[in-house]
Amino acid sequence: MRLTATKLASERGGRLIFDDISFALGDGDLLAITGPNGSGKSTLLRIVAGLLPASDGAVELDPEPDGERGVAMHYLGHRDGLKSALSVGENVEFWRRTAGATGLEPPEALDRVRLGHLIDLPAAYLSAGQKRRVAITRLLAVSRPIWLLDEPTAALDTQSEAELGEIIAEHVGFGGLVLAATHLELPVASTQSLGLGSGN
Amino acid sequence: MTAFLAVAGQTIAISYRVGGGALIGVLFFLSVLVVIPFAVGPDLDLLARIGPAILWIGALLATLLGLDRLFQDDRDDGTLDHLVLSGLSLEAMVLAKAIGHWAATGLPLVIAAPALALLLNLQPAALWTVTLTLLVGTPALTLIGTIGAALMVALRRGGMLIAVLILPFTVPVLIFGVAAANAGVSDRDSFGQPFLFLCAFTLFSLVIGPFAGAAAIRAAEE
Repeated sequence: MRLTATKLASERGGRLIFDDISFALGDGDLLAITGPNGSGKSTLLRIVAGLLPASDGAVELDPEPDGERGVAMHYLGHRDGLKSALSVGENVEFWRRTAGATGLEPPEALDRVRLGHLIDLPAAYLSAGQKRRVAITRLLAVSRPIWLLDEPTAALDTQSEAELGEIIAEHVGFGGLVLAATHLELPVASTQSLGLGSGN
Repeated sequence: MTAFLAVAGQTIAISYRVGGGALIGVLFFLSVLVVIPFAVGPDLDLLARIGPAILWIGALLATLLGLDRLFQDDRDDGTLDHLVLSGLSLEAMVLAKAIGHWAATGLPLVIAAPALALLLNLQPAALWTVTLTLLVGTPALTLIGTIGAALMVALRRGGMLIAVLILPFTVPVLIFGVAAANAGVSDRDSFGQPFLFLCAFTLFSLVIGPFAGAAAIRAAEE
């Protein structure tokens, strides 16, 4: 799978956030997107996912998936996508039923982030870091080639950060593509990097 | 299809677990019906005559409960992003949400309607006529409401604005629903024609609702 972005530009509310952003990723590439707050890291990821339209430029996948390009991608944003009224296991099961049960079963996926024992707990009782880890299980429970991670290490403790590093390294090792936006050090080595502007 | 059922099922599960779901809607319906006889006065004949209209207004107001959060919650907690990328089309997602919301709030009202109609002195024939019109008409109310709920995603903190937005569009449903229901109360009114119009409005909103709702959500994301 190849992902090519050419001359992407984004204008939000009449303000140019970035322009002329181009990159090309192949199997096993990890692109680290760095930059200060407000420099457009999240906007760039949302444009790549197709959640936001780009004001200029294009994103192309090769081979082209059926339908929207988003079906080849995982987007792990600031918001974890958890329903607090449902249990942890039900949340994971919902992702699998909506996006395709192609990855690990919910108990196994939760065991990977050491939350297997909380499978029946309502998500409302989780801490911010635990919610983040449940969100990470989405990457494992539904297998998709491209991962878009927005500040993936936010709220994670040192051990969970290292585990996330292993999970990402494993995905990249199997030929997956990862785009990670972060202002911190990633717990895994990147193959490409992209710095976004000053964010003023 | 699995994804469609998952979205509808999740909508039902959440509305039953948060704030009592169906029970709250039925209780609200009951409160409206109980309050109106006090305002109208102790005239049993009058009550029986306006009974179908009262039931319909009660159902309309109860349908609006929780509608403003239908898509806003999904947007706020990030589920909407996941659903957009899931491969399920937005139109199907909106329809699944509408079906889930109707099953959790509209259907309980229809089931409770015969019992509550007794409070309004409706005769057995009228009672079943009203229930039948509600069964056919409440999906239209929910689907029209879904469009309003989708627009709320863009407006944020819409609150009661959704009621102001939706109520004018529910007037045709109300007119034909009450007209058909009145056939059970008085012999002068005919049942067939208004009932067919009511069916037509439900089918119409079944087509328009998902597309308009999906368009509103797309516009909000930009």
